[in-house]
Amino acid sequence: MTPEKLLEIANGVVQSAASNEQIEVACSHGRSTSVKAYDGEVESMTSAESMGLGVRVLIDGKQGFASAGSLDPDVVADTFAQARSNAAFSEPDEHVGIAEPDGVDAVDIDLWSDEVDATSSETKVQMALDIEKRVRTGHDKIVGVRTASYGDSTASFALASTSGIAASTRASSAGVSVQALAQHGESTQTGFGYDSARKLSDLSLDDVVTDAISRSVDLLGAKKPDSAKVDLVLEPRMVATVYGLIASTLSGDRILKGRSPFVGRVGQKVASEHISLIDDPTDHRSLAADSHDGEGLACRRNPLITDGVLNGYLHDSYTGRRSGEGSTGSAVRGVRGLPSPGVQALAVAPGSGSLAELIGDVELGLYVFNLAGLHSGVNPVSGDFSVGVEGRMVRDGELAEPVAECTIGSTLQRLLLDVSAVGGEVTYLASGVTAPPVVISGISLAGA
Amino acid sequence: MLTHEDVLTTLNSALGAGAEFAEVFAEDVQRTGVSLDDGRIESISSSRDRGVGIRVIDSDAIGFAHSSDLSGPGLVSTATSAADAAKASGANQKQRSSKDLSLTEVDVKVAPVEIRPEEIGKQQKVELLQAAEQAARSIDPSITQVSAGYNDRRRNVLIANSDGVYARDDQTKTMFSISCVATGDTGLQTGRETVGISGGFELFDRVNVEELAQQAAHRALTKLEARPAPSGSLPVVIGPGSGGVLFHEACGHGLEADLVRKGASAFAGRIGEQVASPLVTLIDDGTMSGEWGQFGVDDEGNLPARNVLIENGILVDYMWDAIRARKEGRPSSGNGRRQSYRHLPMVRMTNTYLAAGDSSPADIISSVDHGVYVARLGGGQVNTASGDFVFGMVEAYMIEDGKISTPLRDGQLVGNGPKVLQQIEAVGNDFEMGPPGTCGKDGQGVPVGDGVPTLKVAELTIGGTAS
Repeated sequence: MTPEKLLEIANGVVQSAASNEQIEVACSHGRSTSVKAYDGEVESMTSAESMGLGVRVLIDGKQGFASAGSLDPDVVADTFAQARSNAAFSEPDEHVGIAEPDGVDAVDIDLWSDEVDATSSETKVQMALDIEKRVRTGHDKIVGVRTASYGDSTASFALASTSGIAASTRASSAGVSVQALAQHGESTQTGFGYDSARKLSDLSLDDVVTDAISRSVDLLGAKKPDSAKVDLVLEPRMVATVYGLIASTLSGDRILKGRSPFVGRVGQKVASEHISLIDDPTDHRSLAADSHDGEGLACRRNPLITDGVLNGYLHDSYTGRRSGEGSTGSAVRGVRGLPSPGVQALAVAPGSGSLAELIGDVELGLYVFNLAGLHSGVNPVSGDFSVGVEGRMVRDGELAEPVAECTIGSTLQRLLLDVSAVGGEVTYLASGVTAPPVVISGISLAGA
Repeated sequence: MLTHEDVLTTLNSALGAGAEFAEVFAEDVQRTGVSLDDGRIESISSSRDRGVGIRVIDSDAIGFAHSSDLSGPGLVSTATSAADAAKASGANQKQRSSKDLSLTEVDVKVAPVEIRPEEIGKQQKVELLQAAEQAARSIDPSITQVSAGYNDRRRNVLIANSDGVYARDDQTKTMFSISCVATGDTGLQTGRETVGISGGFELFDRVNVEELAQQAAHRALTKLEARPAPSGSLPVVIGPGSGGVLFHEACGHGLEADLVRKGASAFAGRIGEQVASPLVTLIDDGTMSGEWGQFGVDDEGNLPARNVLIENGILVDYMWDAIRARKEGRPSSGNGRRQSYRHLPMVRMTNTYLAAGDSSPADIISSVDHGVYVARLGGGQVNTASGDFVFGMVEAYMIEDGKISTPLRDGQLVGNGPKVLQQIEAVGNDFEMGPPGTCGKDGQGVPVGDGVPTLKVAELTIGGTAS
């Protein structure tokens, strides 16, 4: 379905609003293909069509929501009725409501390529087979490939509301991922490589293959290290993970509910002067770039931390009204869920020096390959941080022995304040995050 | 959902010129959710999701297609897409003589639901959360934030395949959770309680949400007094219930036949070997009445079973889905599950638990001079290939001279699954199931249960923040 057709469906519901009702309707339609390869053969191929609908109704400050996985007229009508009924049982809140247009113009970003639809199934199958074979045969320590896959999607979205918002867009994406199994003696390790882009021809297949192989092979023989204080060297993927977690504690929702270590800290120094964080969905080079947020407001560039000083928080229309700070165009949602304020396209600003130069300056450190247990080991309320880690020790400026079965402990606050260096080259990651490598000093590594 | 006629026509379209196997999985899920946060009912939401996933297998190639279109022509179109996908992935399409399909209904024991959640008014669900919130806040003014959630889900499934299987199940799950934040001199601490059953609103005849809310509040308050957890290797005693997640992660995943086959398991090729301390008997049981991982039929039309995986330390069997079982010429163990009609099934756990032993919990604790008692384990993660795992300690205490002492702040437990299994030194006689869980694998989440009695591990690495 075209974005225009979706907007017509959304507007159809909006027009049936009663005079005391605010209504917001989001809908989507998409097609996707995925291919999994294993041991030289195609394991499965999936082809799918999916639809989504989310209806938000507000009556006298009371909010109800309903969603469905179909756009059939009877389902649309029933979903609207459910949302109305849900609103009746809710409790009123003066700040709750749909977004009001705020005059900010949306950037013009093209998220679409015809290439995804125009490419044959055979070519897509071949991509999965190729990447599996290249990893499987790419190194004598690689004994297999656990998963290798190609996937793509094309989708249209539309959002309309009684406040006059009517936005629609379409987006395409393609990606590959592969997980290598390396073995040497008693040691088995896995390494993951992936990339994603708006079209197939932008995928960096060589990097994906190299990543999967080196991340598994370089960990072979990993042992439990002795406990020590180390400098942590984070490459861009790990920077995205760690600073993504930190940025999520700056959402207006967490702040207003007191569930963040950064409540009331605007204008204060919360990080090393090396650190600047920006949430910038208007940067078209990020794969998370977008013209509109989840409530149909224009996306904008939001500095979060500049040279170590906290600038502000991320708001959707609700937290924007409640805090008096206004929406920052940061409503994040799936069509089938309610919007809430969140990070869209995080960027960590570059400093200077290459990754090799950063490692060269470290006396005793840990170069991190993987972090494990982030959902249980990070407390976003208190900031306590204790996670499993795998990687290679850094000794006198050189990568040394691989380590596993150990944890690093710190707090989200210290992971900002104790940054000692930020690299000069940024990577535009498949996750949409833009990041350089970062070194954090004085982290406790717990092992034997 | 689909008529018998629809199912036959769809299977025939999917088989096309003569694929080996075709399967229709139709699903209709209705959910209701109420959430309370920050002193008010924040949202009431409903959702409806129905659709069909069609799988075609031929010469080891799988074609899969799914759609929300359940009309006659829609089903045929999805079946054709699945057949085309199988072809694109290299199916031989040998000419096979088409056979007349006849379907036999599987005798599925649909779990009883005493009180259907959809027959309970929304107001009653709202009041449940409000009562819980008030109970938590009334404990102590240090409780500064409370959030609570109620969710119910009814999932009707229909599975039919070209082997003649025709199975239907009607699965209802009901869940309640509460989370409290306590504020003190040491900052913010959280306490959480979750309960859920494969069943209906009778859950609230069995548990009192106000008591549960007060327990969550007490957990948060206790942690205000907590000191940072130590770092390094120590003996660890794990309390009954939530420690089941350790076995789910540390060895359950490694016993899934698909991972075993891909060499991504530390337990591959070890059937009949002593893989654990003789105190360890590990069972996966999808039939456990009322438990979170229970169902009447798995998502491939096979009945669930009580499967002994490890008996007195000896590896007995892996868990199987239909595809892996078919390849090995053995029956499925009823572990073929999927998140929704949009997903292909794979080997998944159901309710996984360590069977009770003989020791008294008090004796186990008093056997430790200096160690850690973990009353509650949180979520975890495992690398099935190496067996290395990480878990969060949600509630833990020091053990000094055989006695539980100071509470500890959150920290991680790190270890290696196969090693830990060998290092289990005592298993208690106080078995309990833990809170309801969601297990993630290859991007799919399914409801699971797990449980353990009190147990002692000779040594685990604690990753605390104490300096």
